[in-house]
Amino acid sequence: MAKPKVALYWCASCGGCDEAVVDLAENILDVVAAVDIILWPIAMDFKYKDIEAMEDGSIAVSFINGAIRTGEQKHIAELLRRKSGLVVAFGSCSSLGGIPALANLTSRRKIFDRSYHNSPTVVNPENIEPKMKASVDGHVLKLPEFFKTVYKLNDVIDVDYYLPGCPPTPELIANAVTAILEGKLPPKGAILSPDKSLCTSCDRNETKPEDVTISKIKRVIDIEVDPEKCFLAQGIICMGPATRDGCGQSCINGNMPCTGCFGPTDSCRDQGAKMIATLGAILEGDDENAVDKVIEGIVDPAGTFYRYAMSASLLGGARKEVENE
Amino acid sequence: MTKKISIDPITRLEGHGKIEIFLDDSGNVKNAYLQVPELRGFEQFCIDRPVEELPRITPRICGVCPMAHHMASTKTVDAVYHVKPTPTAVKLRNLVYDAYIMEDHLLHFFFLGGPDFVVTPSAPPEERNILGVISKVGLETGKKVIETRKKIREIVIHLSGRIIHPVSGLPGGVSKGLIEEKRIEFLKYAEDALAFAKETLQIFNDIVLKNDKYLDLIVGDIYKHKTYYMGLVDEKNKVNFYDGKIRVVDPNGKELVKFEAKDYLEHIAEHVEPWSYMKFPFLKAIGWNGFIDGKDSGVYRVAPLARLNASDGMATAIAQAEYEKMYDALGGKPAHNTLAFHWARLIEVMYAAEHMFELLKDKGITSDDIRNIPTEVPDEGIGVVEAARGTLFHHYKTDENGIITAVNLIVATVGNAAAMSMSIAKAAQYLIKDGEVNDGLLNMVEMAFRAYDPCLACATHSLPGQMPLEVNIHNSKNEVVKTIRR
Ligand code: SF4
Ligand code: SF4
Repeated sequence: MAKPKVALYWCASCGGCDEAVVDLAENILDVVAAVDIILWPIAMDFKYKDIEAMEDGSIAVSFINGAIRTGEQKHIAELLRRKSGLVVAFGSCSSLGGIPALANLTSRRKIFDRSYHNSPTVVNPENIEPKMKASVDGHVLKLPEFFKTVYKLNDVIDVDYYLPGCPPTPELIANAVTAILEGKLPPKGAILSPDKSLCTSCDRNETKPEDVTISKIKRVIDIEVDPEKCFLAQGIICMGPATRDGCGQSCINGNMPCTGCFGPTDSCRDQGAKMIATLGAILEGDDENAVDKVIEGIVDPAGTFYRYAMSASLLGGARKEVENE
Repeated sequence: MTKKISIDPITRLEGHGKIEIFLDDSGNVKNAYLQVPELRGFEQFCIDRPVEELPRITPRICGVCPMAHHMASTKTVDAVYHVKPTPTAVKLRNLVYDAYIMEDHLLHFFFLGGPDFVVTPSAPPEERNILGVISKVGLETGKKVIETRKKIREIVIHLSGRIIHPVSGLPGGVSKGLIEEKRIEFLKYAEDALAFAKETLQIFNDIVLKNDKYLDLIVGDIYKHKTYYMGLVDEKNKVNFYDGKIRVVDPNGKELVKFEAKDYLEHIAEHVEPWSYMKFPFLKAIGWNGFIDGKDSGVYRVAPLARLNASDGMATAIAQAEYEKMYDALGGKPAHNTLAFHWARLIEVMYAAEHMFELLKDKGITSDDIRNIPTEVPDEGIGVVEAARGTLFHHYKTDENGIITAVNLIVATVGNAAAMSMSIAKAAQYLIKDGEVNDGLLNMVEMAFRAYDPCLACATHSLPGQMPLEVNIHNSKNEVVKTIRR
């Protein structure tokens, strides 16, 4: 029997998701043996035209990482959708927008101004800017255009499964590949990581405040962090309660709070709203103004509560509508 | 009328880097452009974030070298708060940093760029990957590469929480210390890493240096550029990845300037072109004179060979011996041979391994004095490290609450942006004559390109590793007459 064909592709991403695949280390050789990787730009040569020539649906699964920022990325995502039985959104950027989607809090104009005009190192007396079509020495050179907004993958194509994480862990990747190879798949739309909060598997959970209240939100720069005690109990924001389990508590093991890269759980798809509610419940004071109180106590609410989920959040959503007008 | 050849990743449809080559009337190369077609805007969207979060946000500039951004960012936050890390914290930062440099360089040599060499430059593309390398060096060595990388990455995971996008850097120190039990365990890893570094140099020696054809390629004129070189050095002018002063030498190897990170604005500027989202840094003292090499051009190079050229040697014994051996073979210092970047990279692997071993032998590294809590009002700071791919600058301004108001980044890969364009143009000039395009073009251009280990993820503040390439040859009416693709 022919081996199932697998494609790995990246859009607006940092390459960390591809590195995570490389990190399957020894296992990777087994994976390579069990499937036929037809597309993986970081590590293997391939021909793009060959993909175009393939029959629709002939790729068993495409793993697509990165957010969607350019028309080209959208085009490839659409092509892979056509050619693939399954599409898995791989990692936070693809699932929720990820860090690149923080750009949805600013504008393309401001990004250009900062990069090419206002940077203290830039020497640009003629006010040159990269252009979609530039004429240099009589040669015409083209660049692709950016969307004004950073999209998540399911904004542009239908997605079957989601692998969360910035990046997903090698274990989760291996589990997903095995499930696909064995045909033991959960219902469509599932997020391929345990549907419970990070706190449920955190070693510090015992010291997590439930009835207890904290008086003030602190920043990690201000205090010596206790390496045993729940971050929330120390007054430091930890996104654990609003974040899906599956990373093996990586940041907590490094004695730093969770910043939420695994995204939300099924029961509360708005990660920020969930975290605000959690904080509202444990912060001292009357309950009436709980939300205001939380927002006031935090220096960067948007970047804290939606650090990886801006393309999925109401905040990011508002921006999309404005920009698309 | 000019003809245009474009070497494009997967047919312009993808978005991470492309090369355009233009021919003159007689069909010879006139110009070549390396275009980076993506920009993500970190400098802008980091504004309004709390400064201490930047060491956890900026690593997403590049998932191939997240530690470099994490560390540059952490050092910048130190500077913003005017706080010095404790001596133990400095040791721990050095340890994870060496581990990063070593595993990253090994990744490049065995998985990404090295296959060109190890497998042979003329091998078909489908063999030029890790599997091809394993069949050449043997399964045993192949397994050792994987095993060694895994172990040194474990050191990083233990201390920094995660290998891809580490989290441990805080102003004045680190979040987590090292216990004695772990020190002993990691010392053993470092010992194995050291042994493997020796083996890797041996492999390079046996496969590459003993083969005259490869050696000719390395020292040949085709991959040569006489430029300025930049790198961080310690007080003895030895290569340092984590800290020191930035030293620049001219194409004859003479020191042009040595400066502190905080003075970078006096020495480096960036040039903008309308055809690339990537900016082109140059030396202010010399000025931007276009994409040319030589003493009168402000173009400088960074990354392994540049660091070795800009230094007076390596701080550890075996690496120093290898350093001398390399310059003997290449006919003295500085070496201008782009392909020697691969060699220099392995000498750095050796240094990183030796330095890791030294750090872990020192029991002092297990002290729990890992952090100084900042007490001063934050304002502005500049932090520099040597990333695997070259000198990396972070520069932040904040308000009195430590909220970011401005960010400027000069990432490692862009340091070589102009030189990469030049190297590609030169390879093209050799291989395209009178409109005849030699079939080896793609291969040679790629080799020139990959020697720099360009991480365009970094450059667009976007894409790592190996780029799929396509060559389209256009006639004077801009019609595609021939396509070579891999
Ligand atoms: S809030 Fe953070 S530290 Fe506390 S239990 Fe949850 S994940 Fe652990
Ligand atoms: S602790 Fe939170 S931020 Fe860290 S890896 Fe896990 S889910 Fe991601």
